[in-house]
Amino acid sequence: MAPLITIKDLGVAFHGVPVVRGVDLALRKGEALGLVGESGSGKSVTWLAALGLLPRNARVSGSVRLDGRELLGAPAAELDRIRGGRVAMIFQDPASALNPVLTIRRQLCEALALHRHLSGDAVKAEARRLLDLVGIPDAARRLSAYPHEFSGGQVQRIMIAMALAGNPDLLIADEPTTALDATIQAQILELLSTIRREMSMAMVLISHDLGVVAENCDRVAVMYAGRIVEEAPANQLFADPVHPYAQGLIGALPPLDGPRRRLTAIPGTVPDSARMPSGCAFAPRCALAEEPCGRMAPTLAPIAEDRAVACVRAEASRRALLGIAAE
Amino acid sequence: MGRYFAIRIGRAALTIVLVVTFAFVVLRLSGDPALMILGPEAPPEVLAAFRKAWGLDDPIWFQYLDYFGAIAKGELGRSMRDGRPAIELVLERIPATLALTLPAFAFKVALGIPAGIYAALHRGSGIDRAVMVTAVAGFTVPSFVLALILVLVFAVQLGWLPSGGQDSWRHAILPIATLSLGGAAVLARFTRSAMLEVLGQPYIRTASAKGVPWRKVVTSHALPNAAIPTVTILGFMVGTLIAGAVVVESVFSWPGVGRLLVVAVANRDLAVVQCILLLVALTMVTSNLIVDFLYGFLDPRLRAKGAHA
Repeated sequence: MAPLITIKDLGVAFHGVPVVRGVDLALRKGEALGLVGESGSGKSVTWLAALGLLPRNARVSGSVRLDGRELLGAPAAELDRIRGGRVAMIFQDPASALNPVLTIRRQLCEALALHRHLSGDAVKAEARRLLDLVGIPDAARRLSAYPHEFSGGQVQRIMIAMALAGNPDLLIADEPTTALDATIQAQILELLSTIRREMSMAMVLISHDLGVVAENCDRVAVMYAGRIVEEAPANQLFADPVHPYAQGLIGALPPLDGPRRRLTAIPGTVPDSARMPSGCAFAPRCALAEEPCGRMAPTLAPIAEDRAVACVRAEASRRALLGIAAE
Repeated sequence: MGRYFAIRIGRAALTIVLVVTFAFVVLRLSGDPALMILGPEAPPEVLAAFRKAWGLDDPIWFQYLDYFGAIAKGELGRSMRDGRPAIELVLERIPATLALTLPAFAFKVALGIPAGIYAALHRGSGIDRAVMVTAVAGFTVPSFVLALILVLVFAVQLGWLPSGGQDSWRHAILPIATLSLGGAAVLARFTRSAMLEVLGQPYIRTASAKGVPWRKVVTSHALPNAAIPTVTILGFMVGTLIAGAVVVESVFSWPGVGRLLVVAVANRDLAVVQCILLLVALTMVTSNLIVDFLYGFLDPRLRAKGAHA
């Protein structure tokens, strides 16, 4: 099946400092992809760049194709049709993501008018339906309320309703539950996966929470310092991470069953994007790093069907993991 | 909502009482009107008679109560110079002042707000820098210096416009320009920073992410939010319509309220000064009340707070 969206060699730099350095990603129709990594690893910037949502001081290079049509450098009018229409995005902090001085109706109907060309009673009916769909009670009355009159979880539901207004093929959820407490978080994720199934919509779930991604995604890409270092089906990544960084992330998670073990931490910190090491960005923190790691950055290479990793020491890394497991 | 305004009106009334009291005390402690008006050569018995006639020999607290009693009856006193009611003297000067300040206000808004919005939308561009340099110059240069520069260039050097007086509309051009430039600069800077603040907010990105064309993002998402802080400074400018041209009127010999104030202060013409200050306090306070009301209108969050307070 032809991919819905393909990102090739995407680079983003702010004031000459690269923050995304050659990202390749492809997403099939209806697929849920998790994008994990620490803050500043370029997860959000990748998708903001793909949709042309970065400020003007960002330099974006590479290619982003939606159904074969190039998005980077596309005319503003075309991007406006795609954003919210074919690709919708929801953000981390729901409280500030809605315009405080406009009613929910205005903000929801705006999207409906733009992408569905509805007007009059039809637009109001559809706005009510969407609020019902995302579980806002008493939708008809609540439409005339302002964002501050809703709780954080409700506002995120409204954001989701707004994102669904254009019947998108792809929803990019940028840390959609980070600002919410644990129970609300679970409800929102549940809502997202239900909607995704019903509308057979593809989704990119950007998160630093591996647990969230494991439960909600088919496939996971791990980002480190502006690059994708490993990509695998979710179950395989968690069972058998190959890249030392992915191993580190998963090793830092407490296991829910099995014997108790000491959680491992990754030594050191993420390098400053203005002072990236010349070779593999993870090499300075990597226990397996050898001399070639410092020379050139490894590219993402397939290691199995559906799996790819960017590490010259992938084999050794895999053996090391198996060794640990055998102990 | 009702309580929101009751509190504000109460505060406004208190402000006016404080302004009037302060003016009253300072004026009476800072010079003798009898000496100022009759001159130092006047015989002592004439001076004494003058003081007695105007009640200046009464204790200050008595004068103060007397004054408030008069205000309560709607009497604002008479000018010590020509005996005419102070309010009459002030009111007849207001049209001349408004003839400067109203057009100046319109120019400030028409120049300052679009310049600020444009600069914010094209941040870092040549035009942004030009607007900011002009704006900084515009509000660091005091109005009397700007007035003198304009006179030097357009009246003295080029001879295009008169340097002072009030004989024709051409006489109003330089004073209006002086008032407008400074105010437009303040407004441009303020609007620019309000706009930049708003443009950096996540909801602007949300609007773009849902496919709203940029022009509409600016007009229907950014401007209504940026209007909230901008209204504050506009309210302040409305408050200075009556007495905001003191310096400019003096430089251009424009017979408005500002010049009346300067002359009245120099002469310790107490009733006139107090009448002007009362009027200034009233316009300031009224425009602040309007601003408070507009906040409630522009920002639904404040409306809710008012309703629950």
